[in-house]
Amino acid sequence: MTEDHLPHIPQTPPRFSATFDPHTAAEIRRAAATGIYDIRGGGTKRKLPHFDDLLFLGASVSRYPLEGYREKCGTEVTLGTRFAKKPIHLKIPITIAGMSFGSLSANAKEALGRGATIAGTSTTTGDGGMTPEERGQSRTLVYQYLPSRYGMNLTDLRKADAIEVVVGQGAKPGGGGMLLGQKISDRVAHMRNLPKGIDQRSACRHPDWTGPDDLEIKILELRELTNWEKPIYVKVGASRPYYDIALAVKAGADVVVLDGMQGGTAATQEVFIEHAGIPIISAIRPAVQALQDLGMHRKVQLIVSGGVRTGADVAKAMALGADAVAIGTAALIALGDNDPHWEDEYRKLGTTAGAYDDWHEGRDPAGITTQDEVLAARLDPVKAGRRLANYLSVLTLEAQTLARACGKSHLHNMEPEDLVALTIEAAAMAQVPLAGTNWIPGRNF
Amino acid sequence: MSTAVQVMDDVNVFDLAAATLRELNGALQNLDATTNQTAWTILNPRGAHALAVGVTAPVNITIDGHAGYYCAGMNDGATVVINGNAATGVAENMMSGSVHVRGDASQSAGATAHGGLLIIDGNASARCGISMKGVDIVVKGSVGHMSAFMAQSGNLVICGNAGEALGDSLYEARLFVKGKVASLGADCEVKEMTDEDRDILAALLIKAGCTESPDEFTRYGSARKLYNFHVDNAGEY
Ligand SMILES: Cc1cc2nc3c(=O)[nH]c(=O)nc-3n(C[C@H](O)[C@H](O)[C@H](O)COP(=O)(O)O)c2cc1C
Repeated sequence: MTEDHLPHIPQTPPRFSATFDPHTAAEIRRAAATGIYDIRGGGTKRKLPHFDDLLFLGASVSRYPLEGYREKCGTEVTLGTRFAKKPIHLKIPITIAGMSFGSLSANAKEALGRGATIAGTSTTTGDGGMTPEERGQSRTLVYQYLPSRYGMNLTDLRKADAIEVVVGQGAKPGGGGMLLGQKISDRVAHMRNLPKGIDQRSACRHPDWTGPDDLEIKILELRELTNWEKPIYVKVGASRPYYDIALAVKAGADVVVLDGMQGGTAATQEVFIEHAGIPIISAIRPAVQALQDLGMHRKVQLIVSGGVRTGADVAKAMALGADAVAIGTAALIALGDNDPHWEDEYRKLGTTAGAYDDWHEGRDPAGITTQDEVLAARLDPVKAGRRLANYLSVLTLEAQTLARACGKSHLHNMEPEDLVALTIEAAAMAQVPLAGTNWIPGRNF
Repeated sequence: MSTAVQVMDDVNVFDLAAATLRELNGALQNLDATTNQTAWTILNPRGAHALAVGVTAPVNITIDGHAGYYCAGMNDGATVVINGNAATGVAENMMSGSVHVRGDASQSAGATAHGGLLIIDGNASARCGISMKGVDIVVKGSVGHMSAFMAQSGNLVICGNAGEALGDSLYEARLFVKGKVASLGADCEVKEMTDEDRDILAALLIKAGCTESPDEFTRYGSARKLYNFHVDNAGEY
């Protein structure tokens, strides 16, 4: 018989395993070749329950909206009203999260300060200390107090407008940090009192306190060092938000910062980024509950972060009870991170614009996550600061649009009742009803 | 000024039984380099926390009793003497000046300190000199476990013994121990005592009023094997 007489057998296309998908298999090969885990920057890359799974109901017959172009919708927020003599007043409830000089170039830090200042908000130092560029360009600067205490000194502490005691980050709750040798320039090394070119570990625990009772004394010391003027924030990664927020309040925090697992990082093990902590939409309600149970909601302000990208995200976070949000990754994108303009160079690094995450290697074509002088010079801090300010303005306008549609004359007036969930998971996590039902999974009626 | 302060023989005597911590620290923090109020004694400290923190004037402060957590924290120029014991984090993040504990010190003495001199006449508990960034520390007694953990720079002199895991993951700090070391931490090893080391040690012993000779000490430092991550060292951490 010739082939022509065979019945036609349809070809099945090659089928990949859902368990051993191509990415997973490639990672196994990479691990086998190198013997070391993958380190990268950014936040979680897999899909998680997020703000996208929530919707605003808007006003209708039972509720009246506010006129978009005529009626006021306030956005200002005051942080640190509990104990600090000089609380912080911001025009918008969107702050710039702590990102270290070292992980970011000095130009990038300056651009963040410029953008935040134009928009009337605050920016934050990071692991590595305060640079004159960012202090000079930031009207309101929050100084981070981290386990490593790199660059920590009394003069800068007193120059800060607020102090943020960092207990953890959403990307790696329970983890320390690492700045690899490639990014340790003379200036970075000097600020951290370490030799150039070596890996710099940031400890995961503070060197001189452990637990909430010690933290209370540490906060007392920080207040005594700064004449009780500056608001003291405590930042935690979202893991056990009810207890962590309650303990931070008990320890004397003026403001608590809650960073969800989607939150960005400069450099962390992939396994940590993707497998520790809880999504931000699941963390806000327990945190607010803790504040309410202590009679401290709106007295100790709550800032939330981790994957905030749009004005809708801002509005949803606030409707769930936050006083403000913080952005990291989105601010870097606004400056120019991962811009397709540099596609040729991303290709040379074996990646593509939008996917570049080897921030720890210090070869960022956009000049943001680098200490290389030639690359860093590509970022114009004035223009980049302007882009950030524009973006912050859009976030604010978007959040106001949604708030007015819900009939709210201030972003702070939004409430969980304005929201429903698209998925059962999101309904359970954010404790709002599944759309079209009155069902909140996990709630006893 | 508050009635809690009395001037006796040119010494400003501040009674903490009659005033608040804020009044005390406020008075000390308001002093500058030109002040003529250069001598201070604090009575009735009763283990209060955050005593004499953040002082930037080159004044002499005597704390007459036991001190709580973070005594002389972030000190930047003052000479502080504690006539008693000090709790956790004495002289933490000191920038310059000196702190002298006449009794024992609790955990994390001199943590992250950048400069100045910390002298402890008695023993220091765990994590003495943790993450130190340039300070000189002389402990006349012994130190607890994990001392000089991740110590970056500066000198730690221990006239007694050292507990377990001395100098774990340390960077460029120099450690000098006269007595026994229970165990060395990761990447910490015995080093040869160079002339430079001996000079540094001799000067510190004199400053601290010790009678020991540098020759009685062993010098420890970083083997520098963990400075850049290598997979074959993973078991060391
Ligand atoms: C480049 C980079 C550096 C960071 N450095 C720090 C830091 O030094 N300290 C800190 O507390 N958080 C740090 N973070 C985390 C941010 O403060 C913030 O929690 C996170 O970026 C928020 O999530 P988002 O990136 O999705 O907005 C860093 C994040 C990035 C992207």
